[in-house]
Amino acid sequence: MSDQTNNSVAFVRTEEVPSMPPPYTASGPVKWARDNLFSTPANSVLTIVALYVIYMILSGTMPWVLNGIWDSPSLSACREILDGKSGACFAVLTERWNQLLFGFKYPVDLYWRPTIAFVLFFFAAAPVLFFDLPRKLLIFTGLYPFIAFWLIWGGEIGTPITALIGVAVGYLVYSRLVASNFALGFFSGIAAAFVVWLVVGAVLPTGMIEEGSMRSVPSRDLGGFMLNMMLGVTCVSLSVPIGIALALGRQSDMPLIKYICVVFIEFIRGVPLITLLFVASVMLAYFFPPEATVDLFLRVVIMITLFSAAYIAEVVRGGLAALPKGQYEAADSLGLDYAQSMRLIILPQALKISIPGIVNVAVGLFKDTTLVSVISMFDLVGMIRGPILASTDWNGVYWELFGFAALLFFVVCYGISQYSQWLERRLATDHR
Amino acid sequence: MTTITDPPQGSFRLSMLLSDTRYRSLTLQAIAAICLALAIWYLGNNVAKNLAKLGLNIDFGFLGVPAGYDINQRLIEYTSQSTNLRAAFVGILNTLLVAFLACTLATIFGVLAGVLRLSNNWIVSKLMAVYVELFRNIPVLIWIVIIFTIMTAVLPGPRAFRGDEATASMLFDAFAFTNRGIYLPAPVWGAGSMVVVVTFLLSIVGVIGYRRYATKLLYDTGRMLPTFLPSLAIFFLPTILMFFIMGMPIGLEYPELKGFNFKGGIKIGGPLIAIWFALSIYTGAFIAENVRAGIQAVSKGQTEAAAALGLRSGRIMSLVVLPQALRVIIPPLISNYLNITKNSSLAILVGYADVTATLGGITLNQTGRAIECVLLLMLFYLVISLSISAVINVYNNAIKLKER
Amino acid sequence: MKKTVFLGALTVAGLAAGVAAAGTLDDVKARGKLNCGVTTGLVGFAAPDANGEWAGFDVSICRAVAAAVLGDPSAVEFVPTTGKTRFTALASGEIDMLARNTTWTFSRDVDLKFTFVGVNYYDGQGFMVPKDLGVSSAKELDGATVCIQTGTTTELNLADFFRSNNISYEPVPIETNAEAQQQYLAGACDVYTTDASGLAATRATFEAPADHVLLPEIISKEPLGPLVRHGDNEWGDVVRWTLNAMVTAEELGVTSANIAEMSAGTDNPEINRLLGTEGTLGEMLGLSADWGKNAIMAGGNYGEVFAKNIGEETPIGLARGLNAQWTNGGLLYSPPFR
Repeated sequence: MSDQTNNSVAFVRTEEVPSMPPPYTASGPVKWARDNLFSTPANSVLTIVALYVIYMILSGTMPWVLNGIWDSPSLSACREILDGKSGACFAVLTERWNQLLFGFKYPVDLYWRPTIAFVLFFFAAAPVLFFDLPRKLLIFTGLYPFIAFWLIWGGEIGTPITALIGVAVGYLVYSRLVASNFALGFFSGIAAAFVVWLVVGAVLPTGMIEEGSMRSVPSRDLGGFMLNMMLGVTCVSLSVPIGIALALGRQSDMPLIKYICVVFIEFIRGVPLITLLFVASVMLAYFFPPEATVDLFLRVVIMITLFSAAYIAEVVRGGLAALPKGQYEAADSLGLDYAQSMRLIILPQALKISIPGIVNVAVGLFKDTTLVSVISMFDLVGMIRGPILASTDWNGVYWELFGFAALLFFVVCYGISQYSQWLERRLATDHR
Repeated sequence: MTTITDPPQGSFRLSMLLSDTRYRSLTLQAIAAICLALAIWYLGNNVAKNLAKLGLNIDFGFLGVPAGYDINQRLIEYTSQSTNLRAAFVGILNTLLVAFLACTLATIFGVLAGVLRLSNNWIVSKLMAVYVELFRNIPVLIWIVIIFTIMTAVLPGPRAFRGDEATASMLFDAFAFTNRGIYLPAPVWGAGSMVVVVTFLLSIVGVIGYRRYATKLLYDTGRMLPTFLPSLAIFFLPTILMFFIMGMPIGLEYPELKGFNFKGGIKIGGPLIAIWFALSIYTGAFIAENVRAGIQAVSKGQTEAAAALGLRSGRIMSLVVLPQALRVIIPPLISNYLNITKNSSLAILVGYADVTATLGGITLNQTGRAIECVLLLMLFYLVISLSISAVINVYNNAIKLKER
Repeated sequence: MKKTVFLGALTVAGLAAGVAAAGTLDDVKARGKLNCGVTTGLVGFAAPDANGEWAGFDVSICRAVAAAVLGDPSAVEFVPTTGKTRFTALASGEIDMLARNTTWTFSRDVDLKFTFVGVNYYDGQGFMVPKDLGVSSAKELDGATVCIQTGTTTELNLADFFRSNNISYEPVPIETNAEAQQQYLAGACDVYTTDASGLAATRATFEAPADHVLLPEIISKEPLGPLVRHGDNEWGDVVRWTLNAMVTAEELGVTSANIAEMSAGTDNPEINRLLGTEGTLGEMLGLSADWGKNAIMAGGNYGEVFAKNIGEETPIGLARGLNAQWTNGGLLYSPPFR
């Protein structure tokens, strides 16, 4: 048979013909453009409209940006250099750079302190954000608040050390007692911490360092983007535990505790942050004992923390609700009590589900820290709307300053939201 | 019959309050109640002491006193001699107005951007991604200020319309876009205009009725009636006919430049436009993400199954994908509406007289009654939020997957 | 003074100051700093300069009080306040005195329980319009759009003025001066109204100040002055007489240039009493004998402070007008030092 086949065909090609390149319309950029940009008439129209929009935006802004002046002492000088041409006066950024970042009152020679605190922040946050890092690093995370406090506010080293000792003693007491009873351990831990603070606080010599590199800086002098960062970081980290407690309380089967939590959460979520800030600035002072004044910074931290705690509580509640009932039942059937089952079984899983949501709340909160400018705190936006625009030199510069603020926030928030998406993919253990 | 968990019968000991599950929750709640009472007492006591020390008192009497200031946009009658309470109501209505407008526009922006982001047109989907990321990652406060500044800088002032070498002109001699607002022609209702309006309303009812009938026919017999063109015809033709039959009773009053400003016509104030647009475009980015997530949440199998049944792509979207996607989209959508309402409290940045600007702004400044004003302000927002939350709950219950 | 545990913890953290409930004067002395409320930024009156130092007319009052009480004009903590927060800040004790171009009105004095210790600037609300609008009187402003900076008595005066003249207008309330000015320059309002001093300060920063005119009408009385809480008369006296000392110093010709020489003793007994070389005025106030000298040395007498911050030599360029000494036809008239 095979012979016949061989004989019946005059020519058999023995090697493969090199394949022809595909027609140019079916490959390369042309095909790509055809598939992605001009597949249907409607699509083509959309593409052209989109290109026109992009062209309009770029042609409007690019000359202005590229023509920008980076070095000039004031707006009028800058306008003189530009001589009627369109161009940005980025000089305001270079001239007021430090004020934009640190506020106008933070001592210039101490800028290195918040800068170090900022750099250390990444080391402290890393083990929380990336689970693969060695767990030992969490010790540094635990120490960080005290280091950062001392770096930013300065003053007696005794203050943060006292606080640290208190926390350490509290934790020690807690870890001793938690094996037998969580509640006992928890409350004794807190009590121990307070005892230490009061005792050491009474013994500690008072008086702030007024001179030198670690002299104390009052919190009124904080400002600029530093203030936004500090408010964001402090309030988010304080509100996570409060939020978890509120979420657990809302799930509780004790009606009184449940209703306290529900009322609190719904109340806070129902009002705009700005009214809470009004409370902080005009009302909260009346809630403290008459003989004490509490720093505006602290009052704002309290209100923002409560605000974000309510939102985080809702996120955590979602995580708790998403857990299959079997997990709760399994924990019960092992004979774990409430605290143990929550601590060892439920919360680790629920929190894992809630992390992206918590990160979203954190981004939202960080953006909302700009609202403090409305109550006369000089954060980044407050600096721009207040001292910089009010100064004779830079009266009338808007785009450059607000563009800069927008850029700064965009970089930070976009970074965090990319992290959140990465995390979501990492944590997606279900098959989809 | 006794099981092992049955508590031992016997005398009551004090330690049972904590260790016995029967009493523990009561004990804890009692402790919580005491703590709460103590906290309230402590704070209340501090407030009382502070106020007594300063000789101040909590008094809402200022609400009945003439406010003394004017408000540029008012939906109800208001003069500077009206009371502070009325000023607060003007503000409340303005808040509700801008919230309603912004919710509508934000939904349009969001749905458009969300759908376009899933478009297979590369450049459009990327452009939408840029839009979403840009607006989601920059504080709304900065956006409001930027958009307000852009609006005042780009649009011409009324002065630019004046004179021989006017640098700006009205669109069709009927629309004026100025940085103080947009002026539109206003309808003038002549005799018999009522008939036209009633006809118009009836034709809307007619369109709905026709659509119902078409759907019913489709379900009963499988026959499909054209819907688009007939609806259009029912919508417009009777009204237009009636308009001419009645002898064109509805005229238009065009805005005209008189004195400092345009007069006549309808004015949509600049501050309203700025805050409306800023809130819409900001929240639109969030809604776009919800819409995208909702559409993507509908599994591909649904689309494929619908295609296998022979449905056209438009019908797949409207009959199969969207109804399922809405279930995912609507709850976060409503919470975005809530956010719009709360963010509208930033209207003071653009000079829009919402409730934060009247009650929480000028009234507070002028009377100095900070505690009272802030309390009332929070109460108002709380009522709004709780009503919207109630709507969410009702909706969630209504769309709950009915498992069989 | 017994502190609660919570406050104890806060104080340990350095964020709360336990303030003894004694008089403000003792508090300030114990603290070593004067907490003075100022505006968030109004050039000429109170604004931080490029180096973050507060400067301005109101700021000088704060510095003078600090110098009188503590002997150090730099021992001031400036607390920026908005129109909303200023009264609470003062009432709750966050600040010891408020020097934030605040108008002395009946209701603020009586109802809100504050004591205005005097007037450091006699102001009035005015209007600014672009020159090419061709308006020469505020009464021609029928139908105009008016930009207002909120947070002062401005809104009320404006409403009263237009109502009493029976003409209409459209108010656009704006939060900050910078934003109001941007609106005005872009033509979003025809008129900008605020205190005449503020208008002058704002116009000074324009690209082309000559293109804008201030209308002749001054529609309100705005006596701006520092204020303190009701009920602490000792402290009120300190602030009141510090202000009076600055005014009197100008009247008597005591300047920061000749004060060193004059404090050695002069023939004028009132100068001697003012500077503490004669009599016991300082002791009566609970201050050191040279309190008046310190206050005047801080920034000079009233006239010097005026000239340096808002006077005709500065970009703001305000004439003395009503704020001249009574001997020059103005309203400044300090009670005698005796």
